[in-house]
Amino acid sequence: MIPGWFDGTHLLGTRCTSCQAVFFPPHHGFCRDPRCEGEELVEERLSRRGTVWSYTNACYPPPAPFVSAEPYVPVTLAAVELERERIVVLGQVKGLAVEDLRVGMELELTEGTLADGPSVWMWGPPR
Amino acid sequence: MSVVVIGAGMHPWGKQGRPFQEYGVAAARAALADAGVAWSDVQFVVGADTIRNGYPGFVAGATYARALGWSGARVASCYAACASGAQAVDLARARILAGLCDVALVVGADSTPKGFFTPVGGDRPDDPDWLRFRLLGATNPAYFALYARRRMALYGSTPADFAAVKVKNALAGALNPNARYRTPVTAEQVLASPMVADPLRLMDICATSDGGAAVVLASAAYARRLGVRSPVTLAAISTVTPTYPKTVLDLPDFATDPPVRESVPFRTALALAAYEEAGLGPEELSFAEVYDLSTALELDWMEDLGLCATGEADKLLRAGDTALGGRIPVNPSGGLASFGEAIPAQAIAQVCELTWQLRGEAGARQVEGALAAIAVNQGLFGHGSAIVAVR
Repeated sequence: MIPGWFDGTHLLGTRCTSCQAVFFPPHHGFCRDPRCEGEELVEERLSRRGTVWSYTNACYPPPAPFVSAEPYVPVTLAAVELERERIVVLGQVKGLAVEDLRVGMELELTEGTLADGPSVWMWGPPR
Repeated sequence: MSVVVIGAGMHPWGKQGRPFQEYGVAAARAALADAGVAWSDVQFVVGADTIRNGYPGFVAGATYARALGWSGARVASCYAACASGAQAVDLARARILAGLCDVALVVGADSTPKGFFTPVGGDRPDDPDWLRFRLLGATNPAYFALYARRRMALYGSTPADFAAVKVKNALAGALNPNARYRTPVTAEQVLASPMVADPLRLMDICATSDGGAAVVLASAAYARRLGVRSPVTLAAISTVTPTYPKTVLDLPDFATDPPVRESVPFRTALALAAYEEAGLGPEELSFAEVYDLSTALELDWMEDLGLCATGEADKLLRAGDTALGGRIPVNPSGGLASFGEAIPAQAIAQVCELTWQLRGEAGARQVEGALAAIAVNQGLFGHGSAIVAVR
């Protein structure tokens, strides 16, 4: 959906070549660390697994610009701490509802589609 | 040299559906009357901007100046999400401290649509606030719910604890003539209200409201000349940014920074900067006004402010320490639970409550012998504030 964020299997971040910090969504131009002078950030595929930092759902259809499925199925969201990078990334959850989720459980990245078609990253059960 | 609050005024919160200027002007006139200052004597007027009311919202300072009658006063406007009001107060304070003026008026007001706050319209994939709705359907309550669920997992908070926050705040709000919701509620009602973003129910989440608030600030010398005895002093205004690495997911972010080193969490940092500037600590506070966007978030704030150790907020709540009449009342105004959020007005409304409480004029919700208090908020894009006022 957003070019350069997700390649169908991995989230795409950027790594600062000076301090090695990793950012998502991909950040370019200069490092976000105020103590780092780095200006070269290179694209990097991020860990596909992580642990749930927290989770929730949307019992009511979120407003535009979100496009809801008809009939509406509650969107489940999880914030997942990536295995290697230890950044927490928010995403929709596919194939699991809030009842199935626990803080600390492992999830794996998967591809999902929004109601109006575009492909996005989603969190799903580990395979 | 200190800056004092000599006037406070509000237009009651609600969903009256009037233009935001009307609320702001009503609040401004009430604050001026409270101060005993004529509008024509105000040397500097600052407006906290609303972003939902088109171009006039963006030029709030001038909008209020025009509505009150062009007076030739210096004017400024600022937008800083939920901290807009606090930054507006800070602008006025700075100009007084610099000796560039003696008396200033700060106004904030909003008129909100029904339902979830939504991003500015159009197709704008370069705006993370737009994108989080487009890609994830992540509303503001979704983020509040993430924090609430995390709190349950880490500290054992329960939905009943969250409901108890609402019950406490509704009780205080029932005593506040400016609150939108003035009916006490029971925990059963909260727990039976519809689930919005698991684990948060409708009554756990603050509404979006119309409202207006204003304060008149002055130099201590000006207040003395006016005959104001022991006015409320602004001891600190902290509007610090977060510190890298920001490792807590905040609105409207998709991800955190990597935890490359220790950093003070944002809400804690806001409070610490205020305590340092005021030269006092949490143990000296008489009460706190915190930004309870959700019931669960009030508990987080208590710990962030150092009112108790991390994970202990529920204990204070259950002991009644944070209720009116308790050891350290939290949100004696009724909080956002009773007001709903009128973004540019909210931080100014908090200063109004601090002022009335510290003057001993808060009526049935008065915190006995209040001497020092803090008001805090946090909003989108790394904005937040902490204001300490003392008597």
